[in-house]
Amino acid sequence: MTDDQPAAGEPEASEPVHASRRDARAAREAAEATVSAAKPEKAAKPAKAPKPDKAPKPDKAAKVSAPAAPRSIGTRIIGIFGELLITVGVLVLLFLGWQLWWNSIVLGNEQSGAATALADEWQSATPTNGPATPAPTPTRAPGSTIPDYGVPPVLAAPGGAADFGILYVPRFGDGYKRTISEGIDPGTVLNKGGAGHYSDSQMPGDVGNFAIAAHRDGWGSAFININELHLGDAIYVETKDGWYTYRFRGLEYVSPFGVGVVDPVPQVKNATPTDRLITLTSCNPLYIASERIIAYGAFESWQPRSAGAPAEIAAYVGTGN
Amino acid sequence: MYAALFGIIPGPLWLRILISVIVVGAVLFALAGWVFPFIDSMMTPAQVTVN
Repeated sequence: MTDDQPAAGEPEASEPVHASRRDARAAREAAEATVSAAKPEKAAKPAKAPKPDKAPKPDKAAKVSAPAAPRSIGTRIIGIFGELLITVGVLVLLFLGWQLWWNSIVLGNEQSGAATALADEWQSATPTNGPATPAPTPTRAPGSTIPDYGVPPVLAAPGGAADFGILYVPRFGDGYKRTISEGIDPGTVLNKGGAGHYSDSQMPGDVGNFAIAAHRDGWGSAFININELHLGDAIYVETKDGWYTYRFRGLEYVSPFGVGVVDPVPQVKNATPTDRLITLTSCNPLYIASERIIAYGAFESWQPRSAGAPAEIAAYVGTGN
Repeated sequence: MYAALFGIIPGPLWLRILISVIVVGAVLFALAGWVFPFIDSMMTPAQVTVN
């Protein structure tokens, strides 16, 4: 009933369904002299299809005002062209929404799943704790709470695009984990949503610089919160051997050609490294990528798989062991 | 154009609206499932590395 009200005031708002469209048009044209032509027409037709939502259509309005002169072919073409332009605009917005929001969430979830599976695989490949393989007893420096399991093992760099590590950064969100793959190729590594390891840089635990890159926005948005890191925030790297703990030390902003940040001693050419560092690179500013944002961390400790995961991330390593 | 397309759909109004919604949904599904990933793979992604 409410549909009928606006339709009554508008002659064009009703249309026959399939009975006789020509009849309807004839009736409409006959009655067009009076503004209230719709009323008798409406009463005459039993099957009505009011279109209240289609009221502001330009072609309908044109018919109402000048039904005797149908729209010229030029007007029609311009109308179709305009609607196509609107369609293209909507498609572009849809694509951006898909790329930056929807697909990014999908990739992020895939990444978490892949990281969980990888951790489970490593965990199950390791003999369970028991008398046969006791967890090594860490030493502690006087006054320190950080367990010292000795010199960390260094994984050999795997072949192309293989996952060899998992990155945990609690500051990036509860349960945050991403795989670390070999290489920084966009197509095979970075666009899958995880982090990629600069092949020329060192591996986790090695003296020098373990440098990784990941997308800031879109493609999983792995490092979207890289600018939120606080001094001393933990950056954990898990490999099949165990967990490496790095502590965030500082940010740097460089040009896209600032390759010095991935040197063994960042920004110092041909220097002999003595520290174990981690370097995260991503794009800056958000959504623009004219610069690079660099986050540095320094090695704190490592612990073997038999010692269990660091307490801060133990709840979400693997499927929660 | 869309008005004409809507006019082509047979049936009463509610059915035409239903058909329109289904068609638009199918188009969105195809876009998200195949078209957008293809365009994405053709695009040069934002560079996040130093080189």
